[in-house]
Order: sequence, then structure tokens, then C-alpha cells
Amino acid sequence: MSRALIRSAGILVSVVIVLWGAATLAFLAFRIIPGDAVSVMLGPQAQVSEEVKDGIRAELGLDRPPLVQYLSYLGGLLHGDLGRSYQLRMPVTEVIGRQLGPTVQLTALALLIALVLALAAALFARRGFARGVVVAAELIVLSSPVFWIGLLLLAVFAFTLGWFPVAGSRTPATLVLPAVTLALPVAALIGQVLRDGIDAAERQPFAETVRARGATPARLVLRHSLRHGAASALTLTAYLVGSLLGGAVLVETVFARPGLGRVTLAAIVNRDLPVVAGIIMLSALVFVIVNVLVELLHPLIDPRLGASGRFEAPAIGERR
Amino acid sequence: MKAAGLWIAGLYLALVALAAFAPDLLATHDPLQTDVRAALQPPSGEHLFGTDQSGRDVLARVVHGAARSAGIGLLATALALVAGLAVGALSGIAPRWADAVLMRVTDILLAFPEFLVALIVVAVLGPGGANVAIAVTIAAVPVYIRLARTQTRTLRVAEHVEAARILGVGRMRAFIRHVVPGVLGSLSVLATIGIGSAILAAAGLSFLGLGPAEPQPEWGLMLAGGRNVLGQAWWISVFPGLAITLTVISATVLGRALRARMEGRAA
Repeated sequence: MSRALIRSAGILVSVVIVLWGAATLAFLAFRIIPGDAVSVMLGPQAQVSEEVKDGIRAELGLDRPPLVQYLSYLGGLLHGDLGRSYQLRMPVTEVIGRQLGPTVQLTALALLIALVLALAAALFARRGFARGVVVAAELIVLSSPVFWIGLLLLAVFAFTLGWFPVAGSRTPATLVLPAVTLALPVAALIGQVLRDGIDAAERQPFAETVRARGATPARLVLRHSLRHGAASALTLTAYLVGSLLGGAVLVETVFARPGLGRVTLAAIVNRDLPVVAGIIMLSALVFVIVNVLVELLHPLIDPRLGASGRFEAPAIGERR
Repeated sequence: MKAAGLWIAGLYLALVALAAFAPDLLATHDPLQTDVRAALQPPSGEHLFGTDQSGRDVLARVVHGAARSAGIGLLATALALVAGLAVGALSGIAPRWADAVLMRVTDILLAFPEFLVALIVVAVLGPGGANVAIAVTIAAVPVYIRLARTQTRTLRVAEHVEAARILGVGRMRAFIRHVVPGVLGSLSVLATIGIGSAILAAAGLSFLGLGPAEPQPEWGLMLAGGRNVLGQAWWISVFPGLAITLTVISATVLGRALRARMEGRAA
């Protein structure tokens, strides 16, 4: 009981540290920008007098001391206030909220495809020629720019074969090629780790015992080694969920889809720093939520982790 | 079979290096010369990789792009290696509290996906080739810092360092002569594998229009230019992408072989 409590407290502390660190980084991004923030947001062509600039500064609160700005930024975050976009003149939460839907659809489908592909590759291509083919495919996919994979899929399946639409987001069919593009590198990474994990599990003594009891190879994999191998794949998957947002920037550009990736790119090109800071906070929030979920899921998947969530293998001399 | 793969990877990288240092040996056309009458021509004897919307020779642009595309990735990796070695090794010998602060900072940086970190750095610094190299460096450096710090902690108490200390070698000298070279060795292996992902990240930023500007030949930028005419002219996008993929595969294969050698097992 007390151990579970300590563990929950530990998770909570690390959640707070990551979110606070992200908020500080996001705030610093405003401060270390070369040149004056107001001149940057107005653009190099703007002919604006100093008085007007001072007015904008006062309106945005940029004339206050840095520490006051920092504290009011943190205070705003506690109320879910991410500030206002320089370019779009509306709250950052609204900018992000409007474009969240298409990106969540894209990344969720991509994650599903990646997990199915990785699982299939790790389970069905374990030995011999099939394994060689899968290993080579993983190397090629991981070495290719994700936007190039997208362009190749477009050239073959949209332009040549005409199976899928070229761009847009109106029909479900438009989601298939972008999701596959985003999924392939993720599938390759998870597949590698899953296969290594299963192989490592089957070299352990318990696998010999299971075989000696007369279990078929299929039963050994499905009932025993997959659970062992899945533990590290799960940790990796949690990390990769965050990276899907970075990938979405490229994939949404290739397929001309609306979404958070496009919002991020526009904010970067226009140097709309409040929106960039909002994306940083969103990414940190996703990281935190996914990692807490994984912490909770781990004991259910890995048989070596007890309810305490800690790996407790008895040392050789300690066995009774 | 393994040896053949290593040879092919090495030869391909030599070809990229040749393209970077002496592009005129590999491409006869001018990468910037436009010719509207020769726009969007498919691959032929005259233009082996075809021509783009402005009639520029795609082969010449791929060859001349090598210096910039592979160069940015290489530069970013080298910077990450040096910065990682300096910060990580210092953290490894720093007082406990300084080490703890530094590790929490890298923890937070590691919480963000690499490509997103690179994007944010470009948002702060502004677009351009040099800024892309800095952005990719900052995105990659936490991993180097972590490895350098762990290796420093391990090597400081290694037997050969203890032996040097007992023989009367000073603390600073033992650190520089016996600890740092070992750390550098492990970081170099990481860097060889890391070159690939650095090239991919830099190409991604260029593809989004945040890197070198037109009309400079750069592989990621060429792919972006080919996107709008993909239905009519696949060659504009396919060849620069192939150049990136082959470069990254070659670097990864060599890096993995190097790592296997360091760890004393077969590749």
C-alpha cells in the first residue's frame, strides 16, 4: 500500500517537473529570440513608429520585468490560458483546438497501423528468409525521409493507380495514405525492438521449461515470450507517440491536409511564438499522459513486474 | 555477404564525398542553368535524371546538392559530438548537485521528439542552412551528453585509470589522457549511426522550406519542388530522395558494423 503511494507520488512529481520544464523552455523561447519580439511579429517590411510598438508591447505585457512575465505566464497556464496568437488574433487554445481533430485522427490511425504491422512482422517473420526481408525493409524505411515515402506512395497509389485521392481531408479515403506514411517508420522501430525482446525472452531458462512441458512454438510465443518482449516495445511506443506530432508536420504538408502540423509550420514561418509555445505545452502534455498510462500498463503486461511495479528477481543466494 | 554490404556502403559514401568536393567530375550540366524549352523532360541520354519545371538538370542538382545536404548533417553531428563530450564529461566529474541539475535538463529535452525540438529551434532562430545545422545539433545533443556522462562515470573508476593514478599521474592528466579518449570512442560510434538521422532531420526542415533557399540545390528542397508536379514528373522527387536514403543506409550500415566491432561481436 505505502509502496503504491510512494510510486504514485513519484509519478506526480515527475509529471509536474516535465510540465514546468516545458513551460520554462516555452517561455525562454520568447526571450532568447534575436531581436525585439514585436519587430519580429510585425515583420521586416512593417513601417511602424516606436510609439505604436510600445503600445503593442504594453498590450502584450512585454514591457513588464521578465520575472513578472514568467510568473504571469505560469499563472495563465494553470488556468489553461496559453496566450493569444500574434498572427491569428485569437486565443492559442482556440487555434490548437480547431485543428486538433484531423491530427488526432491521423496519428491514431497511424499508431494502430504501426502496431499491427510491427506485431505481424515480429510474430510471422521470425526466422530465415522472411526475417531477412523484414530486417532489410526496416532498414530502408528507417533510412528514408518520411516525406519521400509519402511522395512515393502518392506517385504510385494516387497518380498511377488512382486508388486514393491525391490531397484533401473530406472523405475517409484521404486518411489512408497519410496514415500509412506516418506509420511505416514507427512500425519499423517497434518491430525491431519487439523481435529483439521476443528473441531475448526465448533464450531465458523459463522458455526451456515451457518447451520441456511440451508447449508448441506458437504457444510459447503467444503465451510467454510476447509478453516479455512487449515490455520494452511499450516503452518505445510511448516515446514514439510524441514523435508522431513532429511527423505530422511533414505528412500534412506532403498530403496538403489541415491539422496541427500545418498550424505548427505556419506558426514557425510567421514566428507566431505564442502558438509555438502552445505546441510545446501540448507535446509535453501528451508525453506526460502517455507515460503515466505506460507506467500503469507495465505491470499488467510484464509478468516479472509485480503489483508494486518493481522488478524483483531474487538473487541466486537469496533463493529459499 | 556482410563484407560486400560494407564495401558497397563505403563506395557509395565515397561517391557522395566526391560529389561534395568535386561535383564537376560527376555532372556536366550547370545545376542553376534554367531552360524553359527543356522543362519536365523524363530521364534520357542527355539528362540522365530528367529535368525539373525550370528545365534544370536533376542529376546536376542532385550531385551539387551533396555538399549542402550531407554537409549539414555531418556538421550537426560533429557539433553534437563535441558539445556532448564537453558537457557530458564535465557533468561526469562535476559535484553531485550540478550533475543532477544537468541531468534533469536533458531529461526534459529528451521528453520532446527530436524533430519537434529542431522545429522549435528554427522557430526561434529563423530559417536558413546554418540555423538548420544548429537546430539539428540541439535536437541530437541530449543523447550524446547522456552517453558521455555515463561513460565518464564508468571510466573514472576503471582499472587502467586507477593504475595511472597509483603510478603518480596527476588527476587532470589522468582524466584527459585516459578517460576522455575512451569516452570519445563510444561517442564516435554513436555519431556514425547518428549521421543518418541528422541528415534526415535536416532534409525534413529543408523540405518544409526552413533550410537553404531556392535556387540552391539541396535534396530536401528539391523534393518539395517536385511535390506539385508529382503526377507528371516523378523523377524530380524520386532521385533526390533516393540519394538521401542511400546516404543514410550507408552511414547506418557502417555505424552498426563499427559498434559491433567495438562491442567485440560479429556485425
